[in-house]
Amino acid sequence: MHRKAILFLSPSWILLLLFFITPMLLTFGFAFTNLSLTGTDAANIQFIGFQNFTNMFQDPEFRISVFRTLIFLLFSAVVGQVVLGLILALLMKEKRRGFRRFIGVIVIAGWVTPEIVVAFCWVAFLSDAGTFNAILQGIGFEPITWLFTFPMVSVIIANIWHGTAFSMMVFQAALDDVPKSVQEAAVIDGASRWQIFFRVTLPIVKGSIVTNMMLVTLQTLGVFTLIYTMTGGGPGNATQILPIFMYNQAFVNYQFGYGTAISLVLLVIGTVASLLYMRFMKVKL
Amino acid sequence: MKVSKKELVIHYLALIFLAICFLLPFLWLVFASFDQQATQAIKLPEKWTLDNFTAILSDPSNIRSFAIGLFISLGQATIVVIVAGLAAYPLSRYRLRYKRSFLLTILFMTSLPITAVMVPVYQLFLFLNIQDSIIFTTIFLAASGLPYAIWMMKNFMDAVPIELEESAWVDGASVLTSMRKVVGPLMLPGIFTIAIFTFTGSWGNFFVPYILLQTQEKLPASVTLYQFFGNYGIIEYGKLAAFSMLYTMPSIILYIFAQKYMSKGFSLGGASKG
Repeated sequence: MHRKAILFLSPSWILLLLFFITPMLLTFGFAFTNLSLTGTDAANIQFIGFQNFTNMFQDPEFRISVFRTLIFLLFSAVVGQVVLGLILALLMKEKRRGFRRFIGVIVIAGWVTPEIVVAFCWVAFLSDAGTFNAILQGIGFEPITWLFTFPMVSVIIANIWHGTAFSMMVFQAALDDVPKSVQEAAVIDGASRWQIFFRVTLPIVKGSIVTNMMLVTLQTLGVFTLIYTMTGGGPGNATQILPIFMYNQAFVNYQFGYGTAISLVLLVIGTVASLLYMRFMKVKL
Repeated sequence: MKVSKKELVIHYLALIFLAICFLLPFLWLVFASFDQQATQAIKLPEKWTLDNFTAILSDPSNIRSFAIGLFISLGQATIVVIVAGLAAYPLSRYRLRYKRSFLLTILFMTSLPITAVMVPVYQLFLFLNIQDSIIFTTIFLAASGLPYAIWMMKNFMDAVPIELEESAWVDGASVLTSMRKVVGPLMLPGIFTIAIFTFTGSWGNFFVPYILLQTQEKLPASVTLYQFFGNYGIIEYGKLAAFSMLYTMPSIILYIFAQKYMSKGFSLGGASKG
């Protein structure tokens, strides 16, 4: 090994070891302790085995928040962002350049906007006297207290609004890579448009769809700010997905051991998704 | 593929409908920020005014939080670019025994949600007695941004032909000099992309400073904006919108600036080249 290589790699190794790998190892360690509050109590830390996990799996709040996390992932990441992103990219294909740009800029504005501002926009949009209820009343419907009556739907839609642009751009790039000659050949062979889409276009962009889906899933798994700002996990605990549950246990109830055990669950889900992602990407090094 | 006229009209209508759905929540923010009598519903200001902006900007504590946010984000971006640049060099240029496992580890780390480690990170910061420190928050953020930056930096560096460097070495340049004078300038677009990506990610990050910083005077704009929402958000929509607009501006400006480089980054097919 070159001496220079070690020299050049060491700053990154030190930073990653200290602030990335150590916390991950600590997650494994702390998850089996009764670590609570801070200061003096932190000194009396005790190993309690699988106690946190037994408690966790018996905690109905935990089970329901895993369920909510899966709902959030399914509808806001997989169904929402990926499908809507694909629809947008397909619709925008072969349209006038100016029009494409115009639509693109509007969708991307939601993506560039920081999560916390996204939350404000949607709190206002969905509030009792907000724009959406004004439109509903305009066409003769009763106003609805969205954030209270349909809190999960509200945060899912806000997250779709924020994230779709990424999928759209990935799919646009993928669709642009589909060679025109292949499609033309299919047309000459008498294939219908649906056949071309399912038999030609889709197989070619399949790789991008799968990779993008994994990336969006991983990204959505870590969503905290959007929900924390919009609903704070409420009303009640209606939008308490795992990151919020983890935060509440660790920083509101000061149950750090328990909070870390929840972190570990998040990390395990993330690890599985991440390994799948690397598999799909077929990394060649 | 010929699309019938009728279908084309449906396409355009569908796109315009979707665009309106995407536009409305954001448009509220823009209008409300220029309107002193802003409400929750979108409406054109009766009188366009900058009063909301001047009110936010005349509060020194808001200016301070913007400055802190800028310091953290610029600091993080600088550390990330330098450290990732150094790390990418041997990964791109040398044959190393553990290169494959190192790169796989890096790729694995890029996709882990940082949210999941914040509880132990807080414990670590308490243990090392470095909590409530802007500098260490910046360094932590830099570390969390490193995996992605190293991965990108290596790919960008692979695109720079080694022959150019060799001629610099022949002329007596050291590796560091050739990095600075030859490789660096050639991959400037890549460096900008990574720097801008890191900066905007950090600028928009609320969770990390919210956990790691406690003193009111040390909080960056993302956290003070959240507090403003909690304290006045329900009444002063105009000011909240103006604060949000000022906070969103750097992200938008940098995005426009980075757009021409970033388009390349979206073809995931090419990202697997290691």
